Amino acid sequence: MSGLASKSQLTLPNAKRDHIQGPIDAPVALLEYGDYECPYCGEAYPMIKAMQGHLGDRMCFAFRNFPLVNSHPHAQHAAEAAEAAGAQGRFWEMHDLLFENQDALEDENLAQYAEALGLDARRLMGEVLAGAHTARVREDFRSGARGGVNGTPTLFINGVRYEGPLDEEARLETLIDPD
Amino acid sequence: MTRHASQNHSATALPAGTPAPEFSLHSTPDQTVKLSEFRGQPVVLAFYPADWSPVCGDQMALYNEMLSEFQNLGAELLGISVDGSWCHAAFSRDRKLHFPLLADFEPKGAVARLYGVYRHGEGTSERALFVIDAEGVIHWSYVSPVGVNPGAEGILSALEELQDKVEVK
Repeated sequence: MSGLASKSQLTLPNAKRDHIQGPIDAPVALLEYGDYECPYCGEAYPMIKAMQGHLGDRMCFAFRNFPLVNSHPHAQHAAEAAEAAGAQGRFWEMHDLLFENQDALEDENLAQYAEALGLDARRLMGEVLAGAHTARVREDFRSGARGGVNGTPTLFINGVRYEGPLDEEARLETLIDPD
Repeated sequence: MTRHASQNHSATALPAGTPAPEFSLHSTPDQTVKLSEFRGQPVVLAFYPADWSPVCGDQMALYNEMLSEFQNLGAELLGISVDGSWCHAAFSRDRKLHFPLLADFEPKGAVARLYGVYRHGEGTSERALFVIDAEGVIHWSYVSPVGVNPGAEGILSALEELQDKVEVK
């Protein structure tokens, strides 16, 4: 698999290929394998935001696609729409909009979000419908299956799979001490 | 069920190198599948405790998404539990599964017993994986703690080893 050959590359953010927020050499590296239509990923989304707010530049966050398309019929197009937004330099804005609107992920919604972000919506939807980013999403998925992802969300903190619960009591930021 | 007890169970699972016991089970109410029908290609046998329980659902959903990867490696995937074929049909339809679920239903758990992965107290199978080679010999087996989705990583590695073996020949 291109760019994701070794085991550590499957569980650590990779600046060469991944969408990342924060410095790649930050002491905390969080990698999420997620699905935009998965309700548990939707629950993790604000917690990860809170963790980013708390840790600031001490954390690097990367997101890889792991759409379970038979369970979630809109997940594939949503993933490809985020990648297509990434091709126009706005991956994270689309990523956030999708998680904030998990119940509205029809193609027409995706086009609306592209417009709301000031993107070329025709180009974005053209890429989604032509499958321009299908291979990229599949590569993410394969790397997850290789790295031990068995559902969503799966989180890796500094390359180690985080197995704990994702709820308010078990706030992620209390689990790690970057200092 | 504690982890310790589950490990005791797993000690009985048929290990690599054992010829895979033949079976014939219903895949639908009016069709049966025999293991020997797949001779000549690898088979992934995925025993799971029950239709509808959450972890199994995730596990089968994952394998459903992984089907093309398994097929690229020449393998056939078969799910097996002690549920009956009508239950399997409803579960499979609900989850849009694209691979057969076999009913180890009568006599209950007979195939799970043959493979050493029947849980007597619970009346279900373990969550156990077997990768069987083209000659019908078990190449790899793994028993997961019953509440843990074992993922697809081990299956993919085992299938790749089989492919490498074929290329060496």
